[in-house]
Amino acid sequence: MTEETKKKRSVPLWAQIVIWAILAGLLVLVGFGLKRAQNPMAEIGKPVPDFELEFYPGYEYNGVEKMKLSDLRGKIVVVNIWASWCKPCEQEAPDLEEAWQFYKDGGDVVLIGVDYVDTPAGAEGYLTKFNITFPNAPDLRSNISSILNRQMGVPETYFIDREGVLRHVKVGPFMSVGEIKSVVESID
Amino acid sequence: MNISLDKKQSAPRIIFLTLFLAALIFSFASPALAQENVPTDDEVNAIARKLYCPVCESTPLDVCPTQACHEWRELIRTMLAEGKTEEEITQYFVDQYGARVLAEPPKEGFFWLIYLLPPAVILIGAIIVFRSLKEWTKPKAAAPVQSAAQVEKDDYVLRLEEELRKQK
Repeated sequence: MTEETKKKRSVPLWAQIVIWAILAGLLVLVGFGLKRAQNPMAEIGKPVPDFELEFYPGYEYNGVEKMKLSDLRGKIVVVNIWASWCKPCEQEAPDLEEAWQFYKDGGDVVLIGVDYVDTPAGAEGYLTKFNITFPNAPDLRSNISSILNRQMGVPETYFIDREGVLRHVKVGPFMSVGEIKSVVESID
Repeated sequence: MNISLDKKQSAPRIIFLTLFLAALIFSFASPALAQENVPTDDEVNAIARKLYCPVCESTPLDVCPTQACHEWRELIRTMLAEGKTEEEITQYFVDQYGARVLAEPPKEGFFWLIYLLPPAVILIGAIIVFRSLKEWTKPKAAAPVQSAAQVEKDDYVLRLEEELRKQK
C-alpha cells in the first residue's frame, strides 16, 4: 500500500475532531442527565435528605396537612412504607397503629405512613379497614421511597433519630408491637 | 249518541295507554343510556396499554393480572366516565407514579436522547458502511509492469544470462 492510498483512506482530521467532540458531548449529557434524575439517597448513620409529605384527606400532624421531614427535627421519626395491595403490610398494620396509640401523646415519637404506588380507593379502603389514625401520605412519583433508598419492596420501615440521621431500617413486616418499641428505645 | 259516549270513554284509555307505553320505553332505554356512559374494556385498555404497571416490572397495564393493576384499570374507567381525556388520565398517572409508567418516554429534556441517539448511530453506521463498500469495490490500480528495456537493464538478469551462456 502506497503512502498516497493511506492518505486517501484515513478520515480527515476535522471529521475525527467533530466525531470525538460529539461523543464527548453525549457522554457529558448522559452523565448530567443521570445525576439530575437520581435523588439523593439515605444511608444508615447519615442525615436523611429532606422530603415533603402531603397527608391524605382527613390526616394531619399537629394541625398541619403538609410538612417536610425536617419540620420533625428533635423527634424520633418512624416512616413506614406500605401499599394496599401488599399482604405483609396488613400483618403489621394493627401493630403500627398500637405503637402510635402508645407514643402519640408523648409527642417525642412520630409515626408516619407513606403509601407506595397505590390507587386512592385502595389506600382509603386499607386505612379504614385497619383504623389507621397516624398521619399518612402518598408517595408521589415514588420520590420518598427513592430518597429512603427502599431496599426490597413493601413494607419497609425507617427509623430516624432526633438529629435527622437514619439509624435503622426494617425490611418486611414487624412481628409485634414490642419489636417496634424496642427499635425506638434503642434509638432514644 | 252511542258513538259520542264511546269517544268519551276511550279518551282516558288512550292517555293511559300512551303513558304506559312511554313508561315502558323509558324503563328499557334508561339502562341502555346508563351503559353508554360506562366506558368499555376496549376504551379502558386503549389507555392502559400505553401505561406500565408501576409495581411489576415491564408489564403493560392492560395485560397485567395483579389486583393492583385491576384497580388501576378501574381507576381509568372511572376517570373516563367522569369525562377526563386520555392526556389528563396519563398525566394523573405520571404525577402519581412518575414517568416510568409511560410505555413511551415523553419527548422532553433528557428523554430526547432516546429518540435521537438510535437514528444518529444508524446514520453514522450507514455512512461508514457506504464508505467502506465504496473503497472495497473500487478497482485497484494495476501493478506497474516493467518494460522489456528495464528487464534487460536489470543487473541480476544480465549476470544470470551471462552465467547461462558460460555453462553452455
